[in-house]
Amino acid sequence: MRQPPRRAADYGPIAFPAVMLLLFFAVPFGLMIAVSFFQRIEGGFYEPAFVWSNYARFLSVFFGRVLSFSMMLAAGVAVVSVALAFPFTYLLTRLRRRTQVLWLVFLLSVLSLSEVIIGFAWATLLSANAGISNLLVMVGLLDAPTSLSPSLGAVLTGIVYQAFPYTVLVLYPALSRLDPTLTEAARTLGASPLNSFFTVVVPALRNTIVATLIMVFVFALGCYLLPQLLGRPQHWTLSVLITDQALFQANMPFAAAMAVFLVLVSLGLVGLSLLVGKKENAA
Amino acid sequence: MSVFLNRLFLSAVALFLALPLVVVAGVSVNGKKALTFPPQGFSLGWYAEIFTDHGWRDALEASLLVASLSAALAVLVAFPLAWFLWRFHAPWAKVIHALGLMPFVLPPVITALGFLGFWTSTGFYGEAWTVVVSHGIFFVTLPLVTVTLGFSAIDPTLVEAAATMGADDRTVLRTVVIPLIRPYVISGFAFAFVLSLNEYIITYMTVGFTMETLPVKIFNALRYGYTPTMAAIAVLFVAVAALVFGLIARFGDLPKLLGAWSADDR
Repeated sequence: MRQPPRRAADYGPIAFPAVMLLLFFAVPFGLMIAVSFFQRIEGGFYEPAFVWSNYARFLSVFFGRVLSFSMMLAAGVAVVSVALAFPFTYLLTRLRRRTQVLWLVFLLSVLSLSEVIIGFAWATLLSANAGISNLLVMVGLLDAPTSLSPSLGAVLTGIVYQAFPYTVLVLYPALSRLDPTLTEAARTLGASPLNSFFTVVVPALRNTIVATLIMVFVFALGCYLLPQLLGRPQHWTLSVLITDQALFQANMPFAAAMAVFLVLVSLGLVGLSLLVGKKENAA
Repeated sequence: MSVFLNRLFLSAVALFLALPLVVVAGVSVNGKKALTFPPQGFSLGWYAEIFTDHGWRDALEASLLVASLSAALAVLVAFPLAWFLWRFHAPWAKVIHALGLMPFVLPPVITALGFLGFWTSTGFYGEAWTVVVSHGIFFVTLPLVTVTLGFSAIDPTLVEAAATMGADDRTVLRTVVIPLIRPYVISGFAFAFVLSLNEYIITYMTVGFTMETLPVKIFNALRYGYTPTMAAIAVLFVAVAALVFGLIARFGDLPKLLGAWSADDR
């Protein structure tokens, strides 16, 4: 039924979306790549040039430290989130549909929350005045309420809080479409529910798990406010550094070079996750 | 995993997700201007302050305006694109489609930096409408995904029947397509609206120094200390999100929208 467009008028409807996306996404994107090769001049401006000096700054110890910290943090978030979200999503997809809908509304509400609000909420929860340390004092585990933030643990908790609903939603389609006869067969053959989960469900979705780990890793790389609200300067990530260079150090070319690097890493990883995910569908 | 252990695990997750929200809700009704939990005294004054205090009310109005306009723009860009891809066989148009999915795949700081450079070079940096365009493009992915899903769910025989009886493209669109696709358009708008309301980094990098939306104002105000008003706004945001997604679930098939089989497929 679907045919190629024949008359010029057929192209009318796509003109507006195409112009908008090219002008306001492709052009800014191209501009950013161009600026990453520009020469910075005194006073916070830059002039057209073709230099590699902005990329050469990647070789500094400082950049190396921020980059490796960002990667470690994102990896930690990905592992914790998937480890929690995979069994959770499995159980979720086995609930009645009405209960599932309630959970999904709750998860979407948390997912859509601003990083500012999540940061504020966790900073409050981990503070000495209103926090859980008061609870520990009440139970007698602590002598006096203490502040648990800023710290690396607080940053990790905050980002996992934000990434968890995302992870569930990435896993949800695959797990809810998982053939129930697989586990039924395992149960009939005498496997315990826990046993069939680890010997049937997990191996069946091995590639989905790997693809999800990568997706959550990329998601966590984008974290920008939580490291500032719940961490100390040594917990700042690449995203924070990019913004800092662009807005406060007035070094747009260096910020652009780091952004281009982040794009390459993210696209490479997303491509990899699509490849891994596809393998499973083919099998 | 016995039923008891399953319930325990689900409850632990619910507790983890709800705990910060419960504490924030508690803090927001404090009698005094202090962030204590459990709250001391009871007052809804902090909620009133969102609407009576000029600074907070302006930020609330700015947020609502930006969110509704940019969500509308996102739908206006996404709908014709999704329709075109559904109606015609045009492989090159998939490039435009991919362009619409890109902003969401990449870390948001990249899109934000792209816009910062773009608006600075074109001389519009700091103007209020630039954030509407930026959000409209950044969130186009959401209506694009929901509307594309909606088109793929249309039974082709309905369209064929209409065409056989002499309806042209325009009539088919008006009488068959739009009524079927409406819930998906509304969901796409709602997703974009809620996320725009909460968005920080793009707003900050495009108009951060000239106008304040609620997330930007909260972040700026955090430097001078935490107040219960911020907690009240956080509660308001959670309530708005829950209401919007609740409505989508009420009038649409949320599990299907998120990738499960639809209820009748089982």
